[in-house]
Amino acid sequence: MEAAQEVKSKRPIPLSTNYAVAHAAKDLDVDVVAAYPITPQTTVVEKLSEFVANGELDAEFIHVESEHSALSATLAASLTGARAFTATASQGLALMHEMLHVASGLRAPIVMSVAMRALSAPISIWNDQTDLFNARDTGWIIYFVHTAQEAYDTVIQAYRLAEDRGVMLPVMVGYDGYVMSHTTEPVVVEDRASVLKFAPKRPYPYRLDPDKPVTIGPIVPPEYYYELKYQQVKAMEGVPEKAEDVDREFQKAFGRGYGIMECYMCEGADALIVANASYAATLKSVLPDAWREGLKVGLLRLRLYRPFPAKHFVNYTSNVKSVLVIDRAISYGAPYQGPLANEIAGLKVREDLGFNLTSVVAGIGQRAMEPEDFLALARLAWEARTRKYPETIFYGVRE
Amino acid sequence: MKLPGWKEMAIGGVITNPGNSLEYKTGDWKVLMPVINQEKCIRCRICWYVCPDSAILELDKPYTTKAKRVYKISYDVNYDFCKGCGMCAQECPVKAIDMVPVEVS
Amino acid sequence: MAQQAGKSLRIKSLFDLPREELFISGHGLCAGCTAGTIMRMLTKVAGKDTIIVNATGCVEVATTRYPYSNWLVPWFHSAFENAGASASGIARTIEVLKRKGVIPKDKQAKVVVVAGDGGTVDIGLQSLSGMLERRDPVMYVLYDNEAYMNTGIQRSGATPFHAWTTTTPAGKVWRGEWRTKKDIAMIVAAHRIPYVATANPAYPQDMVNKFARGLEVLDEGPSFIHVLMACTTGWRFDPALGITISRLATETGVFPLYEIDHGNFRVTFPVAKRKPVSEYLKLQGRFAHLTPAEIEEIQKLVNERVAEINKLAGKEVIGPVVK
Repeated sequence: MEAAQEVKSKRPIPLSTNYAVAHAAKDLDVDVVAAYPITPQTTVVEKLSEFVANGELDAEFIHVESEHSALSATLAASLTGARAFTATASQGLALMHEMLHVASGLRAPIVMSVAMRALSAPISIWNDQTDLFNARDTGWIIYFVHTAQEAYDTVIQAYRLAEDRGVMLPVMVGYDGYVMSHTTEPVVVEDRASVLKFAPKRPYPYRLDPDKPVTIGPIVPPEYYYELKYQQVKAMEGVPEKAEDVDREFQKAFGRGYGIMECYMCEGADALIVANASYAATLKSVLPDAWREGLKVGLLRLRLYRPFPAKHFVNYTSNVKSVLVIDRAISYGAPYQGPLANEIAGLKVREDLGFNLTSVVAGIGQRAMEPEDFLALARLAWEARTRKYPETIFYGVRE
Repeated sequence: MKLPGWKEMAIGGVITNPGNSLEYKTGDWKVLMPVINQEKCIRCRICWYVCPDSAILELDKPYTTKAKRVYKISYDVNYDFCKGCGMCAQECPVKAIDMVPVEVS
Repeated sequence: MAQQAGKSLRIKSLFDLPREELFISGHGLCAGCTAGTIMRMLTKVAGKDTIIVNATGCVEVATTRYPYSNWLVPWFHSAFENAGASASGIARTIEVLKRKGVIPKDKQAKVVVVAGDGGTVDIGLQSLSGMLERRDPVMYVLYDNEAYMNTGIQRSGATPFHAWTTTTPAGKVWRGEWRTKKDIAMIVAAHRIPYVATANPAYPQDMVNKFARGLEVLDEGPSFIHVLMACTTGWRFDPALGITISRLATETGVFPLYEIDHGNFRVTFPVAKRKPVSEYLKLQGRFAHLTPAEIEEIQKLVNERVAEINKLAGKEVIGPVVK
């Protein structure tokens, strides 16, 4: 799928990714926002408060006293029939971890933005993806976005996907904290009527309502629990196709589309780098230099991460000799110490794919990666066509 | 009883027909069972009030005592759910309820 | 006959309670569990237009074992420590959906939390405090059985002095719990909400009317009712004695019945002649290990507490111990 197409008709406004996310929630006419401030998400909730204070968004803004309460209130609101939104990062995402499983288990169509930030300890306010990767097996649909525009667009797509009766799963939209959350880019924002036409509200089907009493959240014994979790498995299975449909419809409605996995400069490439979010954005500007050097290295940009778009991955990698995976989180002691690398290794074996896999961990705690560093990784990916690197490479660490 | 498959269950384990607890008869828990003496009972509603299991039924069933006292209602025990705790007998102000051993057949 | 004060049921006699059950038979609460009595009355007062938010605990687990549920009103549980936050989410959703015309503006939907002492005074304290501070329209009913009963009688912040629990057993070094019960009603009152009350199922009119008052004030803000819940399994007494022991708790001054209505403190059940606390303790196995000296320690604590209550009331509403 090609990169986002140019939109000629609408004038973009300068927005940080945080503000873009807030605008999306506003244009989606969310009913409830329950959020707790944490760097670098703070300006999302500040902007949303501003919208409510000004009357631009009619929503109940619940000033919760912790992130655990933020997701608890958002979840309860969603199951009462609200279109509910929240945002967090790092320690907050970790604090609400229990509720992540509850939200997906109770099948709440919530959307949450995550301004990815490293996890304590040591405490760091800076960007890496430890927080989100720590939450990957919680049953949430997960998107990574690489521009503020994509963040705006994806939050909108997320509600349409989440509220689909055959999905009914919560969605996380992850982007790099500080690097994206606090930097300004041109963003086209749509009008509320068009957004609501694209993503009309389809509330949770068993909403809490005295006219039709239901019991939500019972204790479930072994005779039944397995089947309820399997329902989640089956719902997830249907997501890649539905996510592509939603993206296609979005392209028709607004002129912008991304697919669920993007292959950039893949035509004729012998090596691919797998990256997401801001690193994918930087690689897009660096790879032309690599090609000029004779390195035919393309970018496999991970957009939909959970569920993992296995079919697309197989298609894109079937003819390459090297795949270098950049991880922004560490999976201590795992066979590859980058979580993405581990997953891709599994897929490689399952599908009997022929490329050499190289696992690189980089940018931990927002350790700076300059364009030269990405070029170095492109060279490494090229070299890895004929040389195997069995151990994870911790790029940039000082010995 | 055939257990449902994943397609047959409401998502997230929602119980869409609450009140189906009436299928779960807890009456077999008890070793003592209350017996209400309709002659002694003064229809004060205390036993009906205390029962945690709604197992004291208030019925629009008139009763005239031997002393010609006329009552419009009577209380009876729903033995399908009574767990035999004895709170009804304990709190009855006129000791109209006896807790007797359940007959094991 | 029932007095309709505002929109809420008020009773003068038990016969003012509606016959209809909204908390029905078939649940798994222990035989003689006074929570059953409390939940039945709460739902009768609150009525069909109620959404129950239930924290993890005895009531939650015993009443909703999939696929069965005995609640004839909408009921929600998500976790142990977040009943306050969940209730906020639900109450505020109802407000916004009414404002946006999604649900009719005159639709009644009261939000009532049901939580145990574990989920309220310990792990749930933050969530409760946040909800109170935000003034969200929620009535929070605490059923206090003074320990983590559902998981097997472990101590909580609400466990009273000298009580045996499985994590404060009585032996040579420990003599049951050595700290005093957390005064949750006063902690809640410090949030200056419209209505806080203590209640006891052994005093039906008092308890029911407090539920009614708690619901009435929801237009102004949250309310909190602290209900004593005598537990046959955890306090170790014969299942028939739940109400009897509850009554003794108030008659001995251990659990005074009061309300704070818009800041006005009032003891709703004065006790002119207090029974000695030993009358209350001797019926419970969790206090069976106590020596006379230890019972005296407890009596002293109760006396101090009673003195505090009388000071708040401005007069002696709970009298001296009369043997």
